[in-house]
Amino acid sequence: MLGIFFRRVLLAIPVLIAVASITFFLVRLAPGGPFDADKAVSEQVLKNLNEAYNLNAPLSEQYFDYMSGIVVGDFGPSFRFPGRSVTELIMTGLPVTFELAIYSMLIALLIGILSGVVAALKRNTFLDYIPMSIAMIGICVPTFLLGPLLVLIFGINLELLPVSGWGQLPGDKILPSLTLGFAYAAYIARLSRGGMLEILNQDFIRTARAKGLSESMVVTKHAMQGGLLPVVSFLGPAIAGLLSGSFVIETIFQIPGLGRFYVEAAFNRDYTMILGTTIFFSFMIVIFNLLSDLAALWLNPRSRDT
Amino acid sequence: MKYTKFYIFSLIFLIGCSSSEAPVDSAVESKIFHYGNGTEPQGLDPHIVTGVPEHHLLLALCEGLTSSNPKGGESLPGSAASWDISEDGKVYTFYLQENGKWSNGDIVTADDYVWSWQRILTPSLGSQYPDMLYYVVNAEEFHTGSLNDFSKVGVKAIDDLTLQVTLKEPTPFFLGLLSHYSTWAVHKETVLKHGTIDDRNGQWTRPGNFVCNGPFNLKSWELNKKIIVEKNPLYWDSDMVELNEMHFYPISVEMTEERMFRAGQLHVTSTFPSSKCTPDIKETNPNIQIHPYMGTYFYRFNTKNEALSDVRVRKALAYSIDREKIVETVTKCGQIPAYSFTPPGSNGFFPDTKIPYDVELAKELLKEAGYESGTDFPKLEILFNTSEGHRKVALAVQQMWQQNLGINVELVNQDWKVYLSREMIGDFQVSRAGWIGDYEDPNTFLDTLRPNRGNNKTGWENPEFDRLVALANATLDQDERYKILLQAERLLIDEMPIAPIYTYVRVYQLHEDVKGWHPNILSHHHPKYIRIERD
Repeated sequence: MLGIFFRRVLLAIPVLIAVASITFFLVRLAPGGPFDADKAVSEQVLKNLNEAYNLNAPLSEQYFDYMSGIVVGDFGPSFRFPGRSVTELIMTGLPVTFELAIYSMLIALLIGILSGVVAALKRNTFLDYIPMSIAMIGICVPTFLLGPLLVLIFGINLELLPVSGWGQLPGDKILPSLTLGFAYAAYIARLSRGGMLEILNQDFIRTARAKGLSESMVVTKHAMQGGLLPVVSFLGPAIAGLLSGSFVIETIFQIPGLGRFYVEAAFNRDYTMILGTTIFFSFMIVIFNLLSDLAALWLNPRSRDT
Repeated sequence: MKYTKFYIFSLIFLIGCSSSEAPVDSAVESKIFHYGNGTEPQGLDPHIVTGVPEHHLLLALCEGLTSSNPKGGESLPGSAASWDISEDGKVYTFYLQENGKWSNGDIVTADDYVWSWQRILTPSLGSQYPDMLYYVVNAEEFHTGSLNDFSKVGVKAIDDLTLQVTLKEPTPFFLGLLSHYSTWAVHKETVLKHGTIDDRNGQWTRPGNFVCNGPFNLKSWELNKKIIVEKNPLYWDSDMVELNEMHFYPISVEMTEERMFRAGQLHVTSTFPSSKCTPDIKETNPNIQIHPYMGTYFYRFNTKNEALSDVRVRKALAYSIDREKIVETVTKCGQIPAYSFTPPGSNGFFPDTKIPYDVELAKELLKEAGYESGTDFPKLEILFNTSEGHRKVALAVQQMWQQNLGINVELVNQDWKVYLSREMIGDFQVSRAGWIGDYEDPNTFLDTLRPNRGNNKTGWENPEFDRLVALANATLDQDERYKILLQAERLLIDEMPIAPIYTYVRVYQLHEDVKGWHPNILSHHHPKYIRIERD
């Protein structure tokens, strides 16, 4: 397993270099620049600004400057926010996005696994149909609809929870976490149901039942370990997706996370910020995929032995 | 039954989490103003940033020589208590407030202004508004590098509290320019402690470092979350300030902002969803505010385009737009049909130009220009940036041109930056545009269409227009000046390089507890006048 780990880490390096290089040239190809504004600046001012950010240098020189910077962890200054470095902006948004991702994932796992396992055990009964129908709705309803809907019900009509914010008013973290968590709960419910159904038909489950174990022991000790493997494999991409894809939720609920910086950087042509966040997210995706693969390997006795 | 406990528990949990008092309710006691401020500000360095959210914050934190009148009109004293203007209108002598202090206790001196203006005009700083000072003798020369000695620029400190500014021309709107943040002073020692004079990335604007001379001090700044400013007891007019704190929230989504307002989390919003505008909105929503705004929504014609280089074609297109119908059925938020580029009422300037909605005349003009029927007219593209509002107006104009003139019109929707870059390089035929005045004077509009102005973008260059606007800037008598500007405005509408469509209005929501908030054409609301009182 250690060998797999090192091989995968080594493989990640060229991936990240490729992502950085492609992004670097792609953002430069996009029409418009960071200093284009509704009130156009004079040529003199534009020249001054380009000089201030070294954008007058040949592209190849800028590329090598940038790449040598990221080797030592310097992602450069943000163009949109003078006086702030990209690293600082990422570090500001990351803890919030991470916290939101953790809460959402916990909600998703709790709801998803519970309803998935119950549905598998009570196959073809109402306890199967109802949670699975809700799960289907959860997959189909986009967060930009579910979010405002929950806000309308709990925030505006019932006045139980704040409609937006993060850590500003009591309870303002509940609705965003629920909204984001619900979408993933739906996937997890379907995955755990499928995994459990497959395992429950296996011989070793029959053996366990035959030797007189209680149903709860059979489910928790024997079936769930194998039955939830698909969920474990899904967790890596899911966490990466939660981190990089929380833009919609962050915008709806006014959360100061990384997703908003990322998307706004693209609209603003904030070159260094686009690059910094893209490289950072790629790194996260690589890491979480690796972790979930390792977890799946460790949980699966067959692949553990090889 | 077995789920009953779960439901009860959930309900208790939710109720336990519910906030006891909405922020606007507790503000009656705490005097904390909650401000919906659009987007996250770029920064707080008045010489570097541009934009409306930045302006709102800087109004609270710093102050220029003059300050804009909360009810609109003549500028009021700011960090200058009074001023003298020489008879020829070219020399301004400002007498600074005797008790004018920076937030660290230092005195605001005339030297601070001299140094700050040197900073704005230092090319390597990359300030985006240096042209606000180009009216000062030698300022442009220093900024463009043809002069290296700043002492030759027309700004000098006579003594600690007396500043003298010498202008190239009388420039009657100069006092208005000084209430714009790009001309304000910064605290020299603080800036230099955290960087050099031309350092764009200096850390002096961070909480803890920030020093300025406005009614409020920077207390905290959480990116994309909120900025808190607190009352500055050292401000020269602090007795006037009633608020203890102001919280600025960067809310870029208008629906989120609207929900926050409804939930009592904001005193004022930066905007209002246009989809919710109805003819009777004022009756159904008592919090709605609709006021004329110093901005014009217009279509820009690329006069370098073969067909559009003919003024008759431009007129035909402009005359076949039914502006009344657009504001009544498309924009619907109280916008005013525009028949001039400068919005009426800009510091008492009321242009008398007319743009008729006359389809027959338009057809006639098109025929004169050599297009017998609309079908032989080349296909026309309307370029606009992604926005539901722009799309609706473009659809309406497309339909009017197609129906009235028989012209084939195509809509081209582009991302903001792509749209800007296509406009800049002249890669368009007709593009949607908007212009918001920086100060209360017609010059802030008419100046943009002079030749060689970066914001002209139409390719239209008219020496007579240029002469008139320049002459108006050199004319001291306001009535005389407005007569000249009126001629310029008439010439502009006669040449039609742009087709005005409507005058903007500011549409937003304001909580009924807020007092001292006066509507004005620039929509500048100086925080020192704002009060929170419940009737």
